[in-house]
Amino acid sequence: MSAQDRFDSLAQQKLVTVGSAQSRSALHSIREIFQQREMLSLLVRRDLKSRYKDSALGFVWTLVRPLTQLLIYYVVIGQFLSAARAGGIPDFAIYVFTGLTAYGLLSETIGGGTSSIVGNAGLIKKIYLPREVFPLASVGSALFNFFIQLGILLVATLIAGAFPIHADVFYAIPALMVLLVFGMALGLFFAAVNVYLRDIQYLVEVMLLLLLWASPIVYSWSMVKNAVGDGLLLDIYTNNPITLAVLGFQKAFWTAGSGVAEYPVDLLPRLGIAFVVGLVLLAIAQRVFSKLQGNFAQAL
Amino acid sequence: MTQLQDTARPESGRAPDVVRINDVSKRFVLRKDNSLKERLVTLGRNGRRHREDFWALRGVTTSIQAGHTVALIGHNGSGKSTLLKVIGGIIDPSGGSVERRGRIAALLELGAGFHPDLTGRENVYLNASIMGLSRAVTEERFDSILDFSGIGDFIDTQVKFYSSGMYVRLAFAVAVHTDPDLLLVDEVLAVGDEAFQRKCLDKIRSFQEEGRTIVLVTHSLSQVEELCDRAILLNAGEIAYDGDPREAVAKFRDILEDRRVSQIAPGSSEKAREAIVHGATAVAAGRDAEAPLELGDDLEITMDVEHFGSTDDWMVAIQIDNTLGQVVYGTTTKRLGLELGTLSGRRQVRFVLKDNRFGTGKYFVNVSLMERSGRHFADLPQACDFDAAGNILAVGSTYAEPVFTDLSQER
Repeated sequence: MSAQDRFDSLAQQKLVTVGSAQSRSALHSIREIFQQREMLSLLVRRDLKSRYKDSALGFVWTLVRPLTQLLIYYVVIGQFLSAARAGGIPDFAIYVFTGLTAYGLLSETIGGGTSSIVGNAGLIKKIYLPREVFPLASVGSALFNFFIQLGILLVATLIAGAFPIHADVFYAIPALMVLLVFGMALGLFFAAVNVYLRDIQYLVEVMLLLLLWASPIVYSWSMVKNAVGDGLLLDIYTNNPITLAVLGFQKAFWTAGSGVAEYPVDLLPRLGIAFVVGLVLLAIAQRVFSKLQGNFAQAL
Repeated sequence: MTQLQDTARPESGRAPDVVRINDVSKRFVLRKDNSLKERLVTLGRNGRRHREDFWALRGVTTSIQAGHTVALIGHNGSGKSTLLKVIGGIIDPSGGSVERRGRIAALLELGAGFHPDLTGRENVYLNASIMGLSRAVTEERFDSILDFSGIGDFIDTQVKFYSSGMYVRLAFAVAVHTDPDLLLVDEVLAVGDEAFQRKCLDKIRSFQEEGRTIVLVTHSLSQVEELCDRAILLNAGEIAYDGDPREAVAKFRDILEDRRVSQIAPGSSEKAREAIVHGATAVAAGRDAEAPLELGDDLEITMDVEHFGSTDDWMVAIQIDNTLGQVVYGTTTKRLGLELGTLSGRRQVRFVLKDNRFGTGKYFVNVSLMERSGRHFADLPQACDFDAAGNILAVGSTYAEPVFTDLSQER
């Protein structure tokens, strides 16, 4: 291409305002991210690859943590504290693993998202690209791990002779959507705020620990109902989106519980409402993110 | 706003603007309270005392036309890197706006965002995709990138084991292979070895021929004059000069000198100075003070020096620099084998450079008053300057009469 050709083609392009000086609409951001989808997939792969680089076992480590958690909860809470028998939770191992899989997705999206901007400081300080891709990339790698865990869960149900072939399995879809939308919203929000206030990442760790115990993962929903009664407290507990999603997953994959376990009424509409609320939060988080991102490069 | 000097660039009429910078300002807030606790304590009006504003850029307005190579120069903290980052969209301006078109590649500081745990090859793909290249295109150009970087077999080694030179070489190789219309380069060329620097400069030249636009931040002033057709001199966040690179570099030297003098001034009043060079003039013998020096003239450099005490051990040194800051001539009274007797009080001395052979251009004279062992009593850099008219038969800082013979015709 000769210099003149280049000038001519440049002259035909529109001048575009650089950076986020103009108020970037959500639609604009989504378009930008869509154009960068190839890079997004590379970032996800980079996240996954670099995490276990130089370790002999590599990806196996992804499984060690949830399996250890499963073992602890199964032995300590299920057997020693006899939650399995006394709480009336058959196939306790599968029950716990179902909950852990759902919770793991959320905790990885939020945790990974929160540190994603600070962790990619090297890139952000040197090159412009829609910064939303970093929290999104951590959603991607969290999803990857989630599907591996889900695979293990399905194998386990097969071994236990309780493979989820029933209509309730479709509860998994709204439950997954709720987890994703809340994970993304909180991930985006905390990622942006964490740049300015590094305390956030520690706060998030604590919050995630709370969330683990604030949803029926190692105990059952009916135990909470028995403890607090059928009132406002129970509603607050139940309408926690994480609780709803975990319950949704259990309804889908924990077949031993169907007919035995007690679920809140209107689980599906509740999931739907949670999803809509999550979408609103996501929109707000995106606004906050795009307001704050202009100063990322200098605050890092 | 500084007017561009269009006369220097004949093609600027048909070249479209690639970057338009409208009244851009950038403020950095320096905070002294960084933790949550400190911020809560200093919330509200009280917090103002814990912050300080720093304006890295103030009201910068200019535009860059396609096909130009523009240098941003200025001392450390003058805002040139900030301006480059604003153009690159990496930081947002606090006020004003930047408009841009075309594909951009940026090489800021070291290694434009490599991930240390990934191999060179993986980083090439990642980096290329960040700069907007698809995987297929990257694959196509991979060999060329590898070849240009000269990394060789290390391409499959994690980049954390690379030397800083290898880092930059690979980053530069990726950046120039992304077919950018606009290339932003910040200080990186200084890191590679000389052979690679040569390669980069050659690449930049071929970019210039292809009509690509390059904006570079550099401290190498000779590079500015060698490569660029325009220079923007920034001082304290404002454009101090915009136009001809030589002129910009000369102005930059003035600013640096002012700073140096102002930094020395407070200290020097405490420590009594032994001597001073009051000034100097450089005049072609037998011509007006302002007239340029013609070939063969005698150049008279007259200096006004003063020693506040008295010394027997002294000499005078002159050094003549061209506009690039390269020394083209220097001599001392010691070289001439002169014993100068006792110096006390003020005195005028003169060097005459007979039958000069300076090439066309401007020259600066630096004067030093020294002990014969080499210790400086007093210096006056750029004490005066002169223009050499030179001769149209040759260019460069020295002149010799050229005569051409075609040897095959002579037989």
